Amino acid sequence: MLDGRGAIRRRAGARLWLSGGWLLLLVTVALFAPLVAPQDPLAQDLMSGRLPPFWSAQAEPGFWLGTDSLGRDVLSRVIWGARVALTVACIAGPLTALIGGALGLIAGFYRGWADRIISRLVDIWMAFPPVLFSILLIAVLGTGLTSIILAIVVIDWTRFARVVRAEAMNQGAMDYVAAAQVAGFSRLRTMTAEILPNVLPTLVALLSLEMGIAVIVEAILSFVNLSLSTDAPTWGGMIAEGRTSIHQAWWVLAFPLVALFLTVLSFSQFGEGLKDRFDPVLR
Amino acid sequence: MSALLDIRNLSVALKGGPRLLRSVSLSVAAGEVRGLVGESGAGKSMIGKALLGILPRSVEVVEGQILLDGDDLLGLPPAERRRRIGQRAALIPQDPLTALNPAHRVGPQITDRLVDILGWPRARAEARALDLLAEVHIPDPGRVMKSYPHELSGGMRQRILIASAFAAEPALIVADEPTTALDVTVQKQILRLIAEMQARHHTALLFVTHDLGVVSKVCQTLSVLYAGKVVEETTVRDFFRAPGHPYSAALLAATPKYTDPDGSLTPVPEAVIAAVRAEVEAAETEWQHGRR
Amino acid sequence: MDDARPLIEVENLRLSLPDLAGKPLIGPAPKLEILKGLSFAIPRGAVLGIVGGSGSGKSTLGRALIRLLEPSGGAIRFDGQDITHLPEADLRPLRRRMQMIFQDPLSSLNPRRRVGGIIGGPLRLHGFDAIDRRVDEALDHVGLPRSFRSRYPHELSGGQRQRVGIARAIALRPDFILADEIVSGLDVSSQAQVLNLLEGLVADLGLTLAFISHDLSVIRRLCRNVLVLHRGEIVEHAPTAQVFAAPRAAYTRELLDAIPLPDPDQPWG
Repeated sequence: MLDGRGAIRRRAGARLWLSGGWLLLLVTVALFAPLVAPQDPLAQDLMSGRLPPFWSAQAEPGFWLGTDSLGRDVLSRVIWGARVALTVACIAGPLTALIGGALGLIAGFYRGWADRIISRLVDIWMAFPPVLFSILLIAVLGTGLTSIILAIVVIDWTRFARVVRAEAMNQGAMDYVAAAQVAGFSRLRTMTAEILPNVLPTLVALLSLEMGIAVIVEAILSFVNLSLSTDAPTWGGMIAEGRTSIHQAWWVLAFPLVALFLTVLSFSQFGEGLKDRFDPVLR
Repeated sequence: MSALLDIRNLSVALKGGPRLLRSVSLSVAAGEVRGLVGESGAGKSMIGKALLGILPRSVEVVEGQILLDGDDLLGLPPAERRRRIGQRAALIPQDPLTALNPAHRVGPQITDRLVDILGWPRARAEARALDLLAEVHIPDPGRVMKSYPHELSGGMRQRILIASAFAAEPALIVADEPTTALDVTVQKQILRLIAEMQARHHTALLFVTHDLGVVSKVCQTLSVLYAGKVVEETTVRDFFRAPGHPYSAALLAATPKYTDPDGSLTPVPEAVIAAVRAEVEAAETEWQHGRR
Repeated sequence: MDDARPLIEVENLRLSLPDLAGKPLIGPAPKLEILKGLSFAIPRGAVLGIVGGSGSGKSTLGRALIRLLEPSGGAIRFDGQDITHLPEADLRPLRRRMQMIFQDPLSSLNPRRRVGGIIGGPLRLHGFDAIDRRVDEALDHVGLPRSFRSRYPHELSGGQRQRVGIARAIALRPDFILADEIVSGLDVSSQAQVLNLLEGLVADLGLTLAFISHDLSVIRRLCRNVLVLHRGEIVEHAPTAQVFAAPRAAYTRELLDAIPLPDPDQPWG
């Protein structure tokens, strides 16, 4: 049996290293963006617009991934864009998990009226189309980083609430919960000390997924020009600009898109990988 | 006498891992009822699964032959193997609550196999299903055919699964702990029913169980397994008179008997476990040596 | 305390649960009566076997006895105190004195806690001192090595897990233990070990035990009295020897006749 388990672990390891590696790289360049970015991401130079990436004959040194139509360095903008994307992911993700997870845990463990109220709230929430809902929210709150984060939390807490509630209900039916009651533990202690550790792996995997989703939502809102100011470097904004010149300068669209894709994929794989690697319980 | 089923040196292992069945050999003659006995992890269910071609994905056959009617099933192309198994063998599963698809009526779950795999006309398959449901003493078979599984009791569902197993007149049926999930009183009815059907259809039975009491009532011969190895192969009569292997004897002594208030609870001694484990390990070393 | 008085007294105990399968579209689910007026007592130091088939209400009765479920009628007295409708907060001090061993040790041991924490947690809650020493003693009692403190439940075998369940219950030095089908999931070899262990502990620690089982053959050795339940009613309550020698209820007879003895010569037609 041990050998079979070992094989599964090794695969999880590769997934964890690849996704973790990309995320680590991204965090590092985002933190040190002013030092790492070769150019000023906002500096325009109309004379050197639409320069191709480094492997092309027309490339110019210093502009590794080429420039956009205003002559801004694509690599530097991708790096500064990572800053925005990760800020949103790292604040909106945990906040959403905390609020949704807590409500789901309470609903799933206490059941009764608490569950009825929270579940109805989730049902009502989910009846709103999420994209329209977020655009509406931004319209009310105004654009800016805080508004994006708030919009994500307000919309996505239901995802956590639903999953955690179901998982807490499953766990609540296990005899170890009855055993805690027989021992004389209080309900609150049983929820936090018995149920929560068993829900945590699911919560962490979902959190990682949510951070990826947050990156996408930020990109979508930037794409429709509802996030930061127009010339601020965001992946969504770059994709929107690159779209207009896709035939002349595909790289303006391609590199932020690849960065976006890899980041979202890495977040989801990282969460699953963590769960497989560090969960002491075999599933 | 050539056997109906002849398993020779069958070894099954976790992919890239240890063996779960260690060079198992056993044979079942037409109409014979053989018990496969052992504690959890002994590999007794694995034999039936290997035979029916329903091994889990994480597990593979490493060596050996499974001869059914003289042909090695493992040597046949997959489609031919499935057809052969569908015609000649069937399964009575352990858990009657999950073995029937809750989304379908009972009738088609019996007849579909006859129609799709054996190519029977639907009318003939339905007539056959009605006959069999009556044979397993289900009142009003016509109504039961149109019922959904959740409308029926556990005992009733197990009867349906028995009828379904006998539907294609298989030569061999694997019964995998068919009464473990049932109450004793229902268990008795179901065991009697299996015995009755087996005798009437002269079907061979591979009866997987952990309960020596059940073996003594249903089987003629038995194989005792420990850690994937057959440690004793004998007739039921000889086994209960004088078990041939110390592990078998200890297992028998540990089985509670309500007629015998004081002598019944003898745990399997550590020494016996150590000895049988050493025996299995020695055989394993020898086998690995032989492979090199 | 009055030693002549039974530890547990049950009077006309009734319990209904909502029948979710029969719930109409609108309105509450109808009540399904599981226990239909049961009366019996368990004297101090006695071992009572509770036997019945599925749907007999034996597990429901067990969970009512230690107030995991609240009865809908009648009375349960524990050591003279009426606990029938006692709220959870008032039950808590009593919890140390009535413990339970569960059927499925895998489900009843928190998979993310080590054995030491599983046994030690309740001790800490009830203000015991020298927790480590008591955990070691409990492991000694059930014949597990002390090094198992740092193991997780999934690293143990079925029999070992069930011993951890027993250790958790006895560590609190309870007066009463409810054992609900504790060997039905185990192999015969560990079954015999666990039953022998429990028998020894009951004698050594002077426990009062209610032992629920569907299997009459495991009851015989352990229990002095047997209570046979059928469809929520007591059909027989008598000394064990008498139940096996001359069962009075037809249902008890039927249960006995259905047990397949490991003996090909037993008539079993």
